[in-house]
Amino acid sequence: MNAIAPDASVLALRAGVSRRKLFDQIFVLVGMLILLAALMTLVLLFLDLVRDGLPRFTFDFLTSFPSRNAQRAGILSAWVGTSLIMLVTACVAMPVGVAAAVYLEEYAPKNWVTAIIEINVTNLAGVPSIIYGLLALGLFVYQLGLGQSIAAAGLTLALLILPIVIVATREAVRAVPRSIREAAYALGATRWEVTAHHVLPYSMGGVLTGMIIGLSRAIGETAPLITIGALSFIAFLPESPLKGEFPYVSFSWLSESFTAMPIQMFNWVSRPDPEFQVNAAAAGAILLAMTLLMNGVAIYVRYRYRKKINW
Amino acid sequence: MSAVLDSAAAARHSLRFRKARDRVIEAGLLGAALVAVVTTVAIVITLVRESMPFFAHVSLVDFLTDSLWTPLFAEPHYGILPLVAGTLVTTLVALALAIPCGTIIAIYLSEFAPFRVREIVKPFLELLGAVPTVVYGYFALLVVTPLLQKLIPGLPGFNMLSAGLVIGIMIIPFIASVGEDAMRAVPNYMREGSYAMGATRFQTATRVVVPGALSGLAAAYILGISRAVGETMVVAVAAGLQPTLTWDPTESAATITAFIVQVSLGDLPHDSIGYQSIFAAGLVLMLMTLVFNIGGFFLTRRFREAY
Repeated sequence: MNAIAPDASVLALRAGVSRRKLFDQIFVLVGMLILLAALMTLVLLFLDLVRDGLPRFTFDFLTSFPSRNAQRAGILSAWVGTSLIMLVTACVAMPVGVAAAVYLEEYAPKNWVTAIIEINVTNLAGVPSIIYGLLALGLFVYQLGLGQSIAAAGLTLALLILPIVIVATREAVRAVPRSIREAAYALGATRWEVTAHHVLPYSMGGVLTGMIIGLSRAIGETAPLITIGALSFIAFLPESPLKGEFPYVSFSWLSESFTAMPIQMFNWVSRPDPEFQVNAAAAGAILLAMTLLMNGVAIYVRYRYRKKINW
Repeated sequence: MSAVLDSAAAARHSLRFRKARDRVIEAGLLGAALVAVVTTVAIVITLVRESMPFFAHVSLVDFLTDSLWTPLFAEPHYGILPLVAGTLVTTLVALALAIPCGTIIAIYLSEFAPFRVREIVKPFLELLGAVPTVVYGYFALLVVTPLLQKLIPGLPGFNMLSAGLVIGIMIIPFIASVGEDAMRAVPNYMREGSYAMGATRFQTATRVVVPGALSGLAAAYILGISRAVGETMVVAVAAGLQPTLTWDPTESAATITAFIVQVSLGDLPHDSIGYQSIFAAGLVLMLMTLVFNIGGFFLTRRFREAY
């Protein structure tokens, strides 16, 4: 018996099916292209900064103060300022963020106070960073009299990254299984003992990841620091926090005026002289490398802890 | 046994001590959590209080209808419209790039990409979102604008088009990542149902998964809009600082955020009208993001699917 010749409607159906399958393939192609384009932008961005900033990658660039002369200008006061601001930010955001997250996950009763706190944490994550700058200008700089200081800058950035730290810590704390808590309670531990001896140590990986990602966000923030009144031309260093003689630490640097890496870069990029744009590119490459490095470390820490944990 | 009970260490660890300590710590933790509430309240109070003198000086009608914004000129005008227009134009340009690209990446990663590809690509996308915005500003001014000038002759060195496009690149990762999470939350049996009816992957993605994840996608778009509206450094570097009432993205114009930066760069006295005007501008910016967020809240509720 001969094979039955497929009639017209079956042929049409097949043609339709293969046409729709073609859509699948076209979409995969388009998706991959757009994804590649987005990722290539990152590579392009970095390579462009490195290429443009190449003449400035010298040791002198790191150890010189800003200057009217582009070739002699460096980022010494900028990176010192950034480091000190990050120190303040980390010292404030870490304890407050972790405490808030622990409260929300382990202690908070289901009532309207908790609901309000939750709504506020979510909302703060969406507030533009320049608004934090205005808050700091009105509150820290003038009302609390901190002035245009490193302390005001550090506190502002701490508030800015608080939602990031809280969300990351909550996720990490939530991942600790109930059975661990129940076992500790069964042995007579109080709630704080359960939290401090078990839940927090086990979620340290997630907490650290959140903290690093928060700091990597803070390190590149420019707008709030400009609003507070960061200077772009500082030819001296704040007093060192460490002293040779007793009491070995000093806090007078907290009240000194400051500049920071992104501020310095913004100052250079907004000058018409192309020589300064070379400086901007070099500062940008260093800033970007620091951000990418911090994010890389965060991803690695998360990966390591995820692999180590098996409940 | 009795020796242990007598010791100071045992007393310190008496149940009563531990319970008291717990209460103190709980109060401290609550205090930390309340910082979030205090911050929000402080933002609102600061913006309103510091802009009060501004609105005592400038009538609300002028503020909302005057088409010139020149608070620092000898003959000052205080119309916020040029700044709002600049903000909306850069935001729209950014969204025109980021929404299609972000959505396609989200669909691709969630529905088409193999597991390995997704796991490798997602951290890199996150990195794209972590680049400092001032670096993106440099990119807009010195890479994207010269490129665009080859395509559009006569494009000024500062323009909203290039700033908007770069903001778009910046928010693609947010939209892609949140959108992908939303699509992955659509249960697999819905996809299986669709495949069983003979649908292709593309049909399943666009007619089953995307409608099912619409509420999450809307949330992703709102997040992107908030970012674009509040973005500061890219526009301050690349879009120009001249407040101009125009809807043409190829022109140079200041946004609300760029104006705040411009004023902050100069050293203004605490009680000057210039100082007060940045708080008024900040208040408008805050209200704009608030409107988008509230709109987004109702939108997500409208499209929510319960599985």
